[in-house]
Amino acid sequence: MNTLEPLLAKHPFFQGLESEYLKLITGCASNIRMNAGEFLFREGEDADRFFVIREGSVKLELFSGGRGPVTIQTIPEGEIVGYSWLFPPYRWVFSGRAVTPVRLFVFDGLCLRGKCDDDPKLGYELMKRFSHVMMGRLQASRVQLLDLYQVR
Amino acid sequence: MTAVMQARLPAPARLRDPMLPSLYRLERLQWDTRDTFSMDLLPQNGADMPAFKPGQFNMVYVYGVGEIPISISGDPGRRDVLIHTTRAVGTVTRAMSEMKVGDTLGIRGPFGTAWPVDAVRKHDVVIIAGGIGLAPLRPAMYRILATREHFGRVVLLYGARTPGDVLYRRELKQWRSEFDLDVFVTVDRATGSWRGSVGLVTQLIGRAPFDPLNTVAMVCGPEVMMRFTTLELEKRGIDRNNIYISFERNMKCGVGLCGHCQFGSVFVCKEGPVLRYSQMQHLLSKWEI
Repeated sequence: MNTLEPLLAKHPFFQGLESEYLKLITGCASNIRMNAGEFLFREGEDADRFFVIREGSVKLELFSGGRGPVTIQTIPEGEIVGYSWLFPPYRWVFSGRAVTPVRLFVFDGLCLRGKCDDDPKLGYELMKRFSHVMMGRLQASRVQLLDLYQVR
Repeated sequence: MTAVMQARLPAPARLRDPMLPSLYRLERLQWDTRDTFSMDLLPQNGADMPAFKPGQFNMVYVYGVGEIPISISGDPGRRDVLIHTTRAVGTVTRAMSEMKVGDTLGIRGPFGTAWPVDAVRKHDVVIIAGGIGLAPLRPAMYRILATREHFGRVVLLYGARTPGDVLYRRELKQWRSEFDLDVFVTVDRATGSWRGSVGLVTQLIGRAPFDPLNTVAMVCGPEVMMRFTTLELEKRGIDRNNIYISFERNMKCGVGLCGHCQFGSVFVCKEGPVLRYSQMQHLLSKWEI
């Protein structure tokens, strides 16, 4: 039977992960497609999964009264979307919406959280990887806050 | 990369009297965005238009108001018109934006070093611009496109504040449709109908299609943007000797005499504005010099 394992093994996010862990993570993964404009998740809902974008792009939105949905960031192909599943209260802070038709790996966060609690080494491996993604986005957000192109 | 590492920046064009402005007539003034405009200028009295290299600048004089440095944003292959793009933000540029077709301006130049376009043939070229930083890079794009067969992959990464602030929209669309160019545009913030990328221009670098071991990067934008951009380029594996950045400083004389533009040991008007990142890296994050 074909599994997602070889595909995940090639992805930079999972590279270097012990094969035992990769197998375990694959057990929590599935393959989905979504159309442009569809929501992967909505602000305020329970965060119980994360995604790897295989094809297409996804935007993170925040709804602002009077302005409508404001795009905070566009996440391109190959990147990870979603880390609210890792931290209480496990609720999405932004909405994620497909900009184009997308193909995604979706990972069951509930299943993974349980496995990480049972095996802290797996938890540490995943945390390191998510921290790297979060650090990059935090730095980018900080620079964005400078509003560099604004006239001074 | 020996060829690139040994390549010298092109020497500034020989000048007649560098302190004497030539008279130019405003032929056209066009608003590119809500605060940025381009001027088409022609020399008066049948004078020749001096040749310029991509990345060089002129001192542009609004008589009775003042003189400021502005990069040349037109095509270096065209000798029939001089184009400058600037933002209406200060006394001189506001006065400039209010000029009428037929009005006269004074021009001194071209001054300064250029993007090393001709010295980096056979390489991939990645051009990274932030905001109005696209203006000094547009002549480099024109030059590359005129001799496209001499280069490997050509990638343009451009970041603007909002979709309404995207400069040279028509040309970007045209370049995007070319089969041998990779053009990516991102904005810092967007609402409503924008379907493009939202995020920092630096975030485009990681997935841009170029071979880092055979790539020359040309970067222009706010200094903080250039700092983060150069970090990302190094992370991708581009040698810092192959990264060129353009500095904006308080140029006055244009020929390295008055010292207003001094940045560390460099007179930006003469030794710059285009400089090798490896030469300037130690000054980029200095709080005070």
